[in-house]
Parts: sequence; structure tokens; C-alpha cells
Amino acid sequence: MKPSKRQSRKAAKIADHNPGRKLFGSRVATISVWIVTFIWTVPTFGILVTSFRTKTDIVNSGWWSAFTHPHFTLSNYHAVIFGTADSGLQNGVLPFFINSFVITIPAVIFPIAIATMAAYCLAWVKFRGSDALFFFIFALQIVPIQMSLIPLLQLFTGGVHIGTIRIIPPLGIAGKFAGIWLPHTMFALPLAIYLLHNFISALPKDLMEAAYVDGASHFTVFRRIVLPLSIPAIAAFAIFQFLWVWNDLLVALSFSGGTQGIFPINAKLSAMVGAWGAHWEYLTAGAFITIAVPLVVFFSLQRYFVRGLLAGSVK
Amino acid sequence: MHQESEGMSMNFWSENLPKFGQMFGAIAIFFAVLLAIFFIAGKANGRTARPIAIVVFLGPALLLLIFGLFGPAVKTLLYSFKDSYGQKWVGFHNYHWLFTNQQMRQVLVNTILWFAITPIATTALGLFLAVMLDRMKRESIPKSLLFMPMAISFVGASIIWQFVYNFANPGDPQTGLLSAIVLKLGGHPANWILNGPLNNFLLMIIFVWVETGFAMVILSAAIKAVPADIVEASALDGASGWKQFRGVTFPMVRGTFIVVFATMVVTCLKLFDIVRTVTGGNFGTSVLSNEMYSEIFVRFEQGKGSAMAIVLFLMVTPILVYNVYNLRRERAIR
Repeated sequence: MKPSKRQSRKAAKIADHNPGRKLFGSRVATISVWIVTFIWTVPTFGILVTSFRTKTDIVNSGWWSAFTHPHFTLSNYHAVIFGTADSGLQNGVLPFFINSFVITIPAVIFPIAIATMAAYCLAWVKFRGSDALFFFIFALQIVPIQMSLIPLLQLFTGGVHIGTIRIIPPLGIAGKFAGIWLPHTMFALPLAIYLLHNFISALPKDLMEAAYVDGASHFTVFRRIVLPLSIPAIAAFAIFQFLWVWNDLLVALSFSGGTQGIFPINAKLSAMVGAWGAHWEYLTAGAFITIAVPLVVFFSLQRYFVRGLLAGSVK
Repeated sequence: MHQESEGMSMNFWSENLPKFGQMFGAIAIFFAVLLAIFFIAGKANGRTARPIAIVVFLGPALLLLIFGLFGPAVKTLLYSFKDSYGQKWVGFHNYHWLFTNQQMRQVLVNTILWFAITPIATTALGLFLAVMLDRMKRESIPKSLLFMPMAISFVGASIIWQFVYNFANPGDPQTGLLSAIVLKLGGHPANWILNGPLNNFLLMIIFVWVETGFAMVILSAAIKAVPADIVEASALDGASGWKQFRGVTFPMVRGTFIVVFATMVVTCLKLFDIVRTVTGGNFGTSVLSNEMYSEIFVRFEQGKGSAMAIVLFLMVTPILVYNVYNLRRERAIR
């Protein structure tokens, strides 16, 4: 993998000296990219500035006038984080912030563990129909999550019946954290298995065969060889899944059973949009608190994230 | 006052610490069970070793997929032929309603508009940016900033853009960026979000804003992978600019372009959060995925909601077929 990368970087360098590529005004390219970048960044920047302005300022002038008349405050963040009667949040957003972590961390770990096992099996413990099974799992990516909501809720509250015979008892996890971890785990599996399978099936064959010849069981090979070598792919998917779960609204709304007690911050923010209609000072501060964690994760781990996305689409 | 806040913080921790307990407990149990199974199953040898390994490795994933996705998909198909309560069979009644109801017409038209505009707009803009990035120096900062919306939730994005589209009564200062720009240009700002059909396009802009970075990053990687000597040869032949793009670059990245486009179609059809947060589907902006949620969870019309899910599924099926076909070909080459 490494030498080819170095080669491509070399190739890119050669291309830089190539007049053909440069001819089409690199200046035009630079300017147009920066114009789009500017347009892309301004909306986010606007709410960042607004979240530090007072309510009267926000209503009386656009955020861009904060540059000519600088006047900033932290009170919006204080109100949203610790709560005030006026903000409609007695205890602030911290409980929901905590919920987000409590929901997200297991919902990242569980599918990765299960998907890595399945991907190893499909790639190295081949059996009749394993390829067909792989395509079947890949195809499940396309099932809209909305389709699963009702049947899953029924499973959680009523179990599974065939006729009058109960096969699976009610799981009783609706409205609990487990009731959100489980759907996230299920919905993540097709993509996780697909991406990890791409990576694991490309592991060196000699290494695996040497281990089998030495009498290592599949479980030993999985733990000692496959897991350590798959860390890059696992990390990439972990970031992807973290952003997905943290930013999810549909699963959280549907499986919290209407109890806001376990709402993640994103769902809470969505619920407050109506209540805060006129309170841009809270809405902007709340929005920034919500997107801060994924932004930090994204900017610090961007490289791995991109690699993970590319694993499935570019060869 | 001081005491009161201290009391509150006590309360805060007694309410929130157990959540972490639940989380770490669940993770610990999960791995304990896994390790125990590995330990026991690893003891097996001889002819049973292989089948046991397959069951242990693949079993959990298959169970979850069957109960979480495959089973529900089949069940939804059945429900779409039943009445609101899932009791009586009603044949194609729900589908008939879906395609003839006056209100549904608006929803279907909107869905088709989204379907026709956003994937191609996003992919084309992503390709444009990828090509331009390839021709400039120091591309990493604009690349990060363009990609940034991917990390922001649709809910966050909706708030960001609602602020851009914000409208104040005439006479009051306009604090929304769009209104201010229109005013500056001598126009009359309107209540953007309430006015159809324009509001549909304003919602689509949010989608394009979020997803373009994704398209750009993947297409950019594909363009970088075009061998330099091919580009060089075409340059020696006198091709440059648009000609080079059309004759060399685009044909080389066509495959990736289609993959990105397909991903965008699926994302666009499943889209729920933007419409839900900005308009709640009101003011003539609802789309199928949002309406489906309303039918099932607000109006408790299970049959109709299920029929919508099936229609949505059928709309993305061609892409699935195409993707599986591509994947099989790719693996056959390997």
C-alpha cells in the first residue's frame, strides 16, 4: 500500500510541473475554489458570531454588523448550558449532552465488533453461499430505516409471534438506552461489514495460511492477526459511525418512546427549535454546542475518516 | 442562592452518573459474553471446529440483520396491503390512495423534484470543485472547510440555514443574510420558508451544502489517481482546460462519478431531518420519507405509511441492482 502511495504523490508532483495541467489558469481555479469555500463557510460562521451576541443586538442588526460594533457576551452559552426559566431548560443541555455520549459510544463499539467478526468469516472462512450472503448483506444497505421502525418497536414491546406461539418474548427495552443502541447496531452492520470485508479480505494470504498450518484456530487467528492488522479500517469506520450516531435524529426520536429523558442533544435541539422560534440567542448557542463535538472529532481525525470513506468507493 | 445551585448539582449527578454506569456495564457485559463464547468455541476441534466458528462469527450479525432490516422490510411489504391497524387485507387500496390523493400529489411531486435535482447538483458541484482543487496549490484548507458540513448534523445545518433564511417584518431590520442581500440589491425580501414552491429549493440548498464535500473528497481522490503520463500525453497533444477535462479526466473518473451519484440518490430519498426540522413538512414542502414518519407516528396510519416505504424502496432499487452488478464485476476481475 505504502509504495503505491508514494508513487502517486510523485506523480502528483510531476503533474504540477506539467504545463497542460497548469495552463488552464491555476489562478482561475484558486479563485473559484476560494469563492465557493467562502460561500460554504459563511452560514456556519454567521451562527458562531450570533451565538456570542446579546438578544437585543441579534434582533436589531445582522450578525455582520458585529464587526463594526463589536459587543460580545457569553451569557447565551451560560443560559443554554446551565439552564434558565426563560430558556425553557431547567437543567440546561448538559443531561442531553451526556445522553449523546452514553448513546454514541456503545453504538459505535457494538456494530464494529460484530461486523469485524462477520467480515472475517465471509472473507477467510469461506463456505458454500458465503459470496451470495455477502451480496445479500451489501444489498440491505438500501433498506430505508423508516421501514424498520414499527417492526422493531413491536419486537421491543411485544416480542415475536407466529400465530399465537410466542417465539421471542418482549425485550422491554423501548425508551431505554439499550433500545437505541440495538437499532443503531443493526442499521450500521451492512455498511460496516462491507467496508471491513474490503479491508480484511486484502490481508496477506501467506500470513493467514501460516497461522492455520501452525494449528491456530479461527478464534486465535481473529484475535492475534486479523484484529491488530485491521485497526486502520476499524478506526476509520469508528469515526464514520460516531458522526452518524451523534448526528442522528430519526432513530433517537423513534426509539426513545417519547421520553425526553434519554434524548441525545441533537434530538433535544430539534425539539427546541419550535420552542425557541424567536430565541435566536439560544438556538445558535445550542446549535454550536451540538456540533462542537463532531467538529472536533472531524478536524482531528479527518485523515482517517476520508480513508474510511474511500475504502468503499475508489480503488 | 448558592445552596440552591449546590442542591441542583447534587441532583444532577445522581441523575446522570447512573447513565455512565449503564453504558460501561453494557460494554463490559458485551465483551465478557463475547470472550466467553470465543473461549468455549475455541476448544472445539476436528470436524466441528469450522461450522462452530462460522456460527459464532456470523451468527450475531445475521440475527441482527434479519430482525433489524430483512424481517421488517418483509413485514412492511405485508402491512402496505393492510388497513391502518394492520388487521384487514385491503389489496392495493393504500397505493391507490397514495397516487390519487390530492395532498399526496404535492408530496410525490416534491419527492421527484428532490430526486431529479439534488443528486446531480451535488455530484456536479463536487466534480467541479475536485477538478479545480486539482489545479491549485495549498488545497488542504479549502478542502477541509468545504468538507466540514459533513460533520454537522442535518438538525444543526437546518438551524444554520434557517438563520440565513430568517425574515423580519418589513420595517424591522432584516437580520437574515438572504433578506439582507436581497434588500441591498433593491429587491423585496419575502418570508422565504413559507412561500412555495421556492421554499423547496431553499431546503435543497441545505442538502447540497451538506453533501457536496462528500462528493468532492471522493471525486478528488479519483482525479488524483489518474496516471500523470496520460494527462501529460494529452497536454503534449495540445489538449488543455475543458478539452482535457472532457477527453481525459472525466472518462477516467466516470465510474467514481456514478458511484457518488448513486450514493447521493439514496441519501436524498432517505432524507428526513432537513424537512422535519425546518418546516415539519408544512407549507408544501413534505417529501415521502417525512410523510411516512407522520403517517406512522403522528396519524397512526400504518398501512399508508408502509405503502410509502415500499414506494421509496422501489425508487432506490435500480441503484441497488446497479451497485450489486458493479461489485460482482469488480470481484470477478480481482
